[in-house]
Amino acid sequence: MGTRECNHICDESSPGIGEAGKTGEWRIFLPVIDHKKCIPSRLNKPTCFLCWLYCPEAVMTKGIPVAIDLEYCKGCGICAQVCPAQAITMVYEEKNPG
Amino acid sequence: MAVQRKSDIQILDGNQAAALAAKLSRVQVVAAYPITPQTPLTETLSQFIEQGDLQAEYVAVESEHSAMAVCTSASLVGARTFTATSSHGLAYMHEMLHWAAGARLPVVLACVNRAIGAPWNVLNDQQDSISQRDTGWIQIYCRNNQEIMDSVIQAYRIAESVSVPVMVCYDGYILSHTEMPVDVPGQKDVDRYLPSYKPHTTLDPANPKNYNLVTLANPRVGVEGKLCHGYMELRYLLQEALQNSRETILQAGKEFNEIFGRDYANMFWEDREEDAEIMIVAMGSLAMEAIVAADMLREEGIKVGVLGLRVFRPFPKSDVVRALRKSKLIVVFDKNISYGSEGATCSEIKSALYGTYINAAIRNYIVGLGGRDIKARELVDATRKAIASLKETVLNAEYPEWICQI
Repeated sequence: MGTRECNHICDESSPGIGEAGKTGEWRIFLPVIDHKKCIPSRLNKPTCFLCWLYCPEAVMTKGIPVAIDLEYCKGCGICAQVCPAQAITMVYEEKNPG
Repeated sequence: MAVQRKSDIQILDGNQAAALAAKLSRVQVVAAYPITPQTPLTETLSQFIEQGDLQAEYVAVESEHSAMAVCTSASLVGARTFTATSSHGLAYMHEMLHWAAGARLPVVLACVNRAIGAPWNVLNDQQDSISQRDTGWIQIYCRNNQEIMDSVIQAYRIAESVSVPVMVCYDGYILSHTEMPVDVPGQKDVDRYLPSYKPHTTLDPANPKNYNLVTLANPRVGVEGKLCHGYMELRYLLQEALQNSRETILQAGKEFNEIFGRDYANMFWEDREEDAEIMIVAMGSLAMEAIVAADMLREEGIKVGVLGLRVFRPFPKSDVVRALRKSKLIVVFDKNISYGSEGATCSEIKSALYGTYINAAIRNYIVGLGGRDIKARELVDATRKAIASLKETVLNAEYPEWICQI
């Protein structure tokens, strides 16, 4: 069965999570959040959401505390760069070969 | 079949003919940047829109690259789009030409053929559109202003049927700035010939879609669970569309004849090919000049015919073989050059004849670059020279000859 059955004649797809596959597999450095260092910015709760705002992959949850969807985090490190409290560190991730 | 219709003959130059044809085709978006010798065409269209004679959006852009970007975007939301350019403008558009074809959008572009620098030159040859040969566009060349008018209208019919953009090419100045009588079709007839544009897919906020994202080499299952094309499958489909477009082009030409009384059910124009031993091949206005040259040679008793290429992409290989089957000598005049090789149409002819029983000698002349005048007398002399060269028994000369004073 070929691809003709998708009935498209140009590249066309519906938006969806994981359109480019599980991009978390691309990651070399893992962002690790020390939630104790998170600084309050809203309702005196310990999060400022700058990591959520700047994450280009939208893998930061907007919950308190913030969490990272590691299936799609590419490990770009922008969150660690923008964090005013240096609560995020990028840690080299040992992976199984292949 | 006799067609009963009132003719409306107007004296038009090529640019006016193209502008009127776009108007008659009820284009909805025009995006263009002025460049000599195309400028009067876009000026005329902007005037039509400004005066309210044409209900369309004229997008004034800062470059040809943007013009084609506007056309592709407008086409994707369902608008019939038109643009026009020449020479350096077409070169600047190159990247977006690939995008229009790759996204399978039926944009129609009038290319007013002009030489390309260096050095600067505003006059005619066909190097500009020939350089865009491999962008996946259908290319149609016109011999006169009537064909410009008719080809632009047919271009929408073809483009929207096969979802491939169409470039209608005509020679700068020789046609663009030369007035001749043109039978202007009536709006009602054009409406009958050209149904409104129905896109193969539409960008719609109510039904969001991704278009032309990074597409990996291999097919992949999309979010709907269907196996979707990889890059190569999409390229195959574009090639397949052009391969299969011949029938649509012929049908569009046949139905045009039924309504307007001018027959375009052909891939090229043939003149006295039935008994011709020598065939002259040319494209664009040069094909008209070649008919005059054939007249002169016929007066001397030399059986000459003319093959005037109309559709250059898709290249009509099997039709060419049929038309050239009786030829002993084929003389190809090119207003372009593929440097280090030969004229582009000559290569196509040779490629079409490979492996057939036709064993004609082929001679290629590069002529008319940068507006160098080429008279029928020069075509006659070149053809005579080609006949004389048959004594050398070389069928396939490695490189072309140039008609210039070097």
